[in-house]
Amino acid sequence: MRKEELSNWGNYPKVKAELHFPESAEEVRQLLSSAQRLVPRGNGRSYGDSSLGKAILSSKRLDKFLAFDEKAGILHCEAGVLLSEILEVVVPSGFFLPVTPGTKFITVGGAIAADVHGKNHHVDACFSEHLLFIDVVVETGELIRCSKAEHSELFWETVGGMGNTGFILGASFRLKPVETAFIRQESLKAKNLEEVMAFFEESESWTYTVAWIDCLQKGKNQGRSLLLRGEHAKKEDLPAKWKEKPLTQPKKLQLNMPMQLPGFVLNTFSIKAFNFLYYHKQFSKSSKAIVPYEPFFYPLDFIHNWNRMYGKKGFTQYQFVLPKEKSREGLKEILDQIRISRQGSFLTVLKLFGKSNPLAPHTFPQEGYTLAMDFPIRKGLPDLLKKLDEIVLKFEGRLYLAKDAFMSKAMYEHTYPEFPKPSIFSSDQQIRLST
Amino acid sequence: MNILIFGANSDLGNQIAQIHASQGDNLFLTARTEVQLDRIKSDLEIRHKAEIQTFELDAIDFEQHPQLLDRIEISEMDRVYCVFGYLGEQEKAEKDFGESRQIIEVNYTGAVSLLNPIAEVFAQKGAGSIIGISSVAGERGRMSNYMYGSAKAAFTAYLDGMRNRLAHKGVHVMTVKPGFMRTKMTEGLPLAAPLTANPDKAAKIIVKAASKKKNTIYVLPIWRWVMLIIRNVPEFIFKKLKL
Ligand SMILES: Cc1cc2nc3c(=O)[nH]c(=O)nc-3n(C[C@H](O)[C@H](O)[C@H](O)COP(=O)(O)OP(=O)(O)OC[C@H]3O[C@@H](n4cnc5c(N)ncnc54)[C@H](O)[C@@H]3O)c2cc1C
Repeated sequence: MRKEELSNWGNYPKVKAELHFPESAEEVRQLLSSAQRLVPRGNGRSYGDSSLGKAILSSKRLDKFLAFDEKAGILHCEAGVLLSEILEVVVPSGFFLPVTPGTKFITVGGAIAADVHGKNHHVDACFSEHLLFIDVVVETGELIRCSKAEHSELFWETVGGMGNTGFILGASFRLKPVETAFIRQESLKAKNLEEVMAFFEESESWTYTVAWIDCLQKGKNQGRSLLLRGEHAKKEDLPAKWKEKPLTQPKKLQLNMPMQLPGFVLNTFSIKAFNFLYYHKQFSKSSKAIVPYEPFFYPLDFIHNWNRMYGKKGFTQYQFVLPKEKSREGLKEILDQIRISRQGSFLTVLKLFGKSNPLAPHTFPQEGYTLAMDFPIRKGLPDLLKKLDEIVLKFEGRLYLAKDAFMSKAMYEHTYPEFPKPSIFSSDQQIRLST
Repeated sequence: MNILIFGANSDLGNQIAQIHASQGDNLFLTARTEVQLDRIKSDLEIRHKAEIQTFELDAIDFEQHPQLLDRIEISEMDRVYCVFGYLGEQEKAEKDFGESRQIIEVNYTGAVSLLNPIAEVFAQKGAGSIIGISSVAGERGRMSNYMYGSAKAAFTAYLDGMRNRLAHKGVHVMTVKPGFMRTKMTEGLPLAAPLTANPDKAAKIIVKAASKKKNTIYVLPIWRWVMLIIRNVPEFIFKKLKL
């Protein structure tokens, strides 16, 4: 047990917490008998308070690989293993994560509890889609192996359940075979929202799509953006220098970063300058490149602790999804609202989700557009977020719990009606949203 | 190389194993339970495609030791790390001999029971390396943990003597004195950051020093100075301090 002041990636809110590091179901069981509220926690890469509380059950010491079937591409590991560690092990064998978020520094447990999505959601759905089974220690202390077929109720409650149903000990999931460690990437410059939406829709057959948008533009430039799309490169796609070791990334990756954030931008935190540079970095309407997988999937991981640039008070990420047919109108209103508030977001990411899984009620993605924006914590922020909430509600969308730190109880009850009630495994977020 | 690690389920032992596995060495690992061993083994095999053999071992089940050492075939080993330890609770140990005994036996007697035969075999073959993880706590007894400190002091002296003896036989003996380390053992203790090493960093330093055949190392160099001061505080002052 250790006491520490903690916060997640947004550095807001902060809590004083008692940390426990169980290594087995038995140790979790012992801790459960103390009958205090325990919050499961992975690597703290959620933004708000979803893995914070007075007493934390960390998966940090559950960091072992248990089995890797290289024929079938199936990996079984403990919940505290990081996606970055998995990539190190599986890529050289010709496999990739079936689904990955925009940072590789999250745990398998965190990926399951938030049921994370990636740039391939429209093709490969969420992380849960690829799970063969998960091992969960539930409230009674019992260790239950659940899957889509076995104890399926617990399975579907747990994926996207944000740690509320129990402590995930480990999981087995299917990997994706790849020929190389590279991505064949195309980037398209879009003048405005209409154009980027059209690009998304014509890119449906691409495995990976995402767009970075400049949220400060208005009028006919509103939604000016850069759309990236990609496929795992085949061996024959690679230039000669990489062909010899197709499953190894070159060492000097920094040079290949699709977005180089110049130091002064980070220091002065000039959103306008950043977005201008980013957009104009690419002069032509579209460009093609073969890039290593890291800069394609994890551009921000290169800048360690970039979250600190928001200062001591921290920041929050606001991510919502709107139904597809209402997305255009909704996005326009939201972008207008942000511009008016003059609280522009430094990084704004747009993505088109595919169909949602009706069996997974807590999983965030629904078919439609999702936008994620960062806002530094400051006085006017709660008001802005309230206004954004109203727009999201009006267009029948909802927010991503893994990023949330400000949602109202009313909005939560309306948009996550089936979410389990607080139990012994409850985070500060769940308490905030349900009391 | 063939590497034997006693106490491979400790944070430090596991990190040492990770480094050697990544270098392609063959690993012989001990831990208390089969469950612990299974997860360490699969992990190292998958991460590093390493050759791993595992053995259940309780540091204070002395009777079991000779037979276990036979099974490991210690003459085939190139380097042995003795990593296990037990911090115990000082206050409890003051009242309860059971706790004192546990502290002494795990940290000292158990290590001697395992390392004596290994020293013998290495001396005969005229090669090998023995690395003992002792502690700065062994350099001067302090009220807060002198039970643990005294056992580690004994272990340090044991390693000193063994180094002296085996130096004549071409066998290398290294004493490691970690200061604070962020491990299972120190959970709950308030540790000063500049004096505290993470197990992965500590393991790197230890493995490198072992390859260079160092004698005694402090994991973080600052501890050499800290302990120099602590050792040299005159007793009439020291005893008044609440350290
Ligand atoms: C730069 C960046 C980019 C991101 N991009 C994306 C993205 O593209 N898509 C996406 O979906 N998400 C994204 N995220 C969010 C991130 O993937 C999720 O928040 C993820 O859950 C974090 O995992 P973690 O291991 O850090 O868990 P934590 O943040 O520690 O915990 C997250 C949740 O999981 C629960 N949990 C963790 N471990 C366990 C366990 N063992 N058992 C039970 N419950 C557990 C916690 O209680 C909590 O509710 C991004 C985050 C960052 C910082």
